[in-house]
Amino acid sequence: MAGEDLNEEERSEEDKKKFLFLMRKAPYGSIYPQGGLEVILIMAAYDQTISVLFADDGVFCLKKGQETAGIHVKDFSSAFKVLESYGVEHLYVDKTSLEERGMKPEDLLTGVEVVSSDEMSGFLSGQDVILPF
Amino acid sequence: MLFTVNKSPLTSDNLKTCLRFAKKGNSVLLYEDGVYGAIPGTKVESVVKEALKSIEVFALKEDLKARGFGEVIDGVKLVDYAGFVGLVEEHNVCPWL
Repeated sequence: MAGEDLNEEERSEEDKKKFLFLMRKAPYGSIYPQGGLEVILIMAAYDQTISVLFADDGVFCLKKGQETAGIHVKDFSSAFKVLESYGVEHLYVDKTSLEERGMKPEDLLTGVEVVSSDEMSGFLSGQDVILPF
Repeated sequence: MLFTVNKSPLTSDNLKTCLRFAKKGNSVLLYEDGVYGAIPGTKVESVVKEALKSIEVFALKEDLKARGFGEVIDGVKLVDYAGFVGLVEEHNVCPWL
């Protein structure tokens, strides 16, 4: 019903599916990560269990200090910081991907969790749906 | 878990990172340019052979054939489109695009 509070439609635990968004592309060379972020926000509105996992060049999406005015596109990295308030609690970053790019956890936006390859494997295997971006 | 890989492992690290996350008992299906990972004699042959010790590797026959290849690394299994569908039905799929 229009105007009805989403909370009143909260799904039971059994109805919830586990969605994992796999972000593996750098932020401004393609539209993939922005598209992924939009889908994450849409799915979050449907009260599903959502995790976001960053690997390969996807870790560049979370780099602190992105200033995009010079390339005339919107800096969307700040949107990842507010995902928690949309019920998206876990942003996982692959440690090896980070190290391969000469980056450290402190180079990233706050609120993300840096995890090992083994932990990443575990997150991947426990999902109902994996959406690659 | 079935990882589906469609990029050439000779121009990107796609297959390499996928194999880092693939655990014992998982499967990898190579299709489109991913099938270059299945042919013998490339610089990634040793990587694929190592992976074959713990995971199953499949390659889509039609994509190999389209690219002029037929022979694959020992242990890599060829599948046709029906086989591809069968694998997708049997596994949770992680598309590694």
